[in-house]
Amino acid sequence: MAAVHGDAHGHGHDDHHPSGIMRWITTTNHKDIGTMYLWFSFAMFLTGGTLALGIRAELFQPGIQILQPELFNQFTTLHGLIMVFGAIMPAFVGFANWQVPLMIGAPDMAFARMNNWSFWLLPVAATLLVSSFFVPGGAAAGGWTFYPPLSTQGGLGVDLMIFAVHILGASSIMGSINIITTILNMRAPGMTLMKMPMFVWTWLITAYLLVLVMPVLAGVVTMLLTDRHFGTSFFNAAGGGDPVMFQHIFWFFGHPEVYIMILPSFGIVSEVIPTFSRKPLFGYASMVYATASIAILSCVVWAHHMFTAGMPTVGQLFFMYATMLIAVPTGVKVFNWTATMWQGSMSFETPMLFAIGFIFLFVIGGFSGVICAIVPIDIQVQDTYYVIAHFHYVLVSGSLFALFAGAYYWIPKWTGRMYNETLGKWHFWLSMFFFNLTFFVQHFLGLAGMPRRIPDYNLQFADFNMVSSIGAFGFGLTQLLFLYVMISCIRSGEKAPQNPWDGATTLEWTHLPTPAPYHSFEKPPVVK
Amino acid sequence: MTLVIPGICKISNHVGGNMRSKSVVTLAGVSALALYSSMALGSKYNLPEPQSVIAKDIYDQHIILMWICLVIFIGVFGVMFYSVLKHRKSLGYKAANFHHSTAVEIIWTVIPCLILVVMAWPATKTVIAMKDTSSPDMTIKATGYQWMWGYDYLQGEGEGISFFSKLSTTRAQIENKAPKGENYLLEVDNRVVVPVGKKVRIILTANDVLHAWWVPALGIKQDAIPGFIRDTWFKADKPGIYRGQCAELCGKDHGFMPIVVEVLEAAEYTKWVAAQGTSAVKTSMHVENK
Repeated sequence: MAAVHGDAHGHGHDDHHPSGIMRWITTTNHKDIGTMYLWFSFAMFLTGGTLALGIRAELFQPGIQILQPELFNQFTTLHGLIMVFGAIMPAFVGFANWQVPLMIGAPDMAFARMNNWSFWLLPVAATLLVSSFFVPGGAAAGGWTFYPPLSTQGGLGVDLMIFAVHILGASSIMGSINIITTILNMRAPGMTLMKMPMFVWTWLITAYLLVLVMPVLAGVVTMLLTDRHFGTSFFNAAGGGDPVMFQHIFWFFGHPEVYIMILPSFGIVSEVIPTFSRKPLFGYASMVYATASIAILSCVVWAHHMFTAGMPTVGQLFFMYATMLIAVPTGVKVFNWTATMWQGSMSFETPMLFAIGFIFLFVIGGFSGVICAIVPIDIQVQDTYYVIAHFHYVLVSGSLFALFAGAYYWIPKWTGRMYNETLGKWHFWLSMFFFNLTFFVQHFLGLAGMPRRIPDYNLQFADFNMVSSIGAFGFGLTQLLFLYVMISCIRSGEKAPQNPWDGATTLEWTHLPTPAPYHSFEKPPVVK
Repeated sequence: MTLVIPGICKISNHVGGNMRSKSVVTLAGVSALALYSSMALGSKYNLPEPQSVIAKDIYDQHIILMWICLVIFIGVFGVMFYSVLKHRKSLGYKAANFHHSTAVEIIWTVIPCLILVVMAWPATKTVIAMKDTSSPDMTIKATGYQWMWGYDYLQGEGEGISFFSKLSTTRAQIENKAPKGENYLLEVDNRVVVPVGKKVRIILTANDVLHAWWVPALGIKQDAIPGFIRDTWFKADKPGIYRGQCAELCGKDHGFMPIVVEVLEAAEYTKWVAAQGTSAVKTSMHVENK
């Protein structure tokens, strides 16, 4: 990493820092830390992706071929945990580290040393997770939601997972406190809250959600730990506990978590669409209010993950109505993006392609979300491949596509070099094709009755599973193209001008040279 | 693509005609809708053909929602892709500079709310109906085990019958050493047998971890929770064999604990109960000895 980035950052006149590995271990620079977050999350993305390919390889044909059921369950569990906590969330924190100070005209993050620690906790947690495959009994196999009593049955792997979640939670909480403090206190003079770029707004709201729910997750895994080892019975009926209480607490964290992973993508897309439409974002204020509404609503819909767990009629109806309501602010966002594009002067560089691809596929995921919100229909599709398809439409073609859009959009500012536009477009179209090949057919599998988390299935599901597996391998290989495009950009891309996107209006493009110097905005810009 | 013969659908294909569209038409009054529904019946692109009132409601609501989603989808992306095609820099299109309209924001907040009300209304009625487990004709307790189901007929005709129901697909089929049958992984040694047209209340619990009892054609899925009781119900429209699977991850063999419900005519059911008279005791004795 040092070799890759050394030259890119090497030419600021005032950047005194250790070189070699010590630069990265001791750094308090938001750009270095952002870079580490992004590389870490990409490594985790490839790890989780490899697990996904293991799953898809097993499901390529009916019968057990490659993974025995127990190992298959470990793969699905760790795939989920690694992708959620190791890939998607740290990637967004990486973007926040790089972009929040640049976009609000701040010299660095508010708590620079804590920032270092928030990052360096992550490799520790990742090591715990990945090494759990090699302990007696193997990795946790109770699903990424680790419902008890199944998760109380597991071996040492479950304990490693619990500690990993603790550490990841601590890292997230520190990261969010840092982001909140930075945004609230370190904006350039004249940048009122309602003048902040949308990306900053979405991260401010996301950070509040994180501070709210990560302690709940920490609490619930701790209760699980004491149930496993210290004789408590929080989730054990025989001791007066209730397994369903775990689900309530978990999803009180888990549902806002879903929005933690999507709100910053809304932010990225809200930067990219106006830039490449050469037109200001339509309905800025309503976008802010919509983001806040989604965040607030996300805290009162958790039990829609539990419609089959059994709850009173009134409970089911309340959670159904609340969940459906989320479609309203989400719809407002989509309409605003469309209105931003309307009568713009659009060009379709890779970031714009990924942003439009995001809207297109995220809306499909939104529709299947509304369908899942309807209790009677959810009774049929809950815990089937329909739900798998639904949340991969919002997490892969949602969060991940937005991350790609952001990476292509900002890489010139970060490295001072342009990526290869042709290869970037190939990356987009191949991702688009293989993503849909993988996941669209899973809607049909779910409707026809294939449960999730099974290593083998009836012959009626065979052809769609085969299609899905082919798509998954194509999608996985396509991401190596992304790695190639990024590395060749960093090493040998063409020099980028200060503002390669003529429509970009935020501070990092208008006030900073390219690449952004190691220390930027030591004197804050004045925002009119 | 030729491998696919959904067991559930195949059994019920021949009865698709008369139930085809009555409530679809009532609900929507759109003949295109009914056409689509009948085309989709028994298709592998949709929910299995419904075999109970609740399953039928679910099926119809899903179809209606698909239509609403499709219309919105075409509307939004029609506008967006028109814009993508016409408002291009490469065509020399100059960007307008509007960026705000409170009236428009209010309109596209209110209209989705109204659409949601239209969606929620029938769903609410179905939820209330699903939750009404009162006055059943018979009650069966299903218990989830790692990895099989246990059934106890608690009340109604057949009271006292008790048995376990395990996957009957052979190990050799799973390990690809023998050809797989049509009901691969969806066949059991002892089926749950119920009479047609009777309200059957299913009481659920589990012995070890969470399981879920799911029969798609009957429109019921309910988690089985160790230490707690949950209930649900169904009334099968016609005789047949309806297959489902455990739907909550329960460990190693989660994928290998199917549910098979056999619905019989009343007279046939009585015969079945009589036949169990002797063997039922034997089965439960057998259980005790295990």
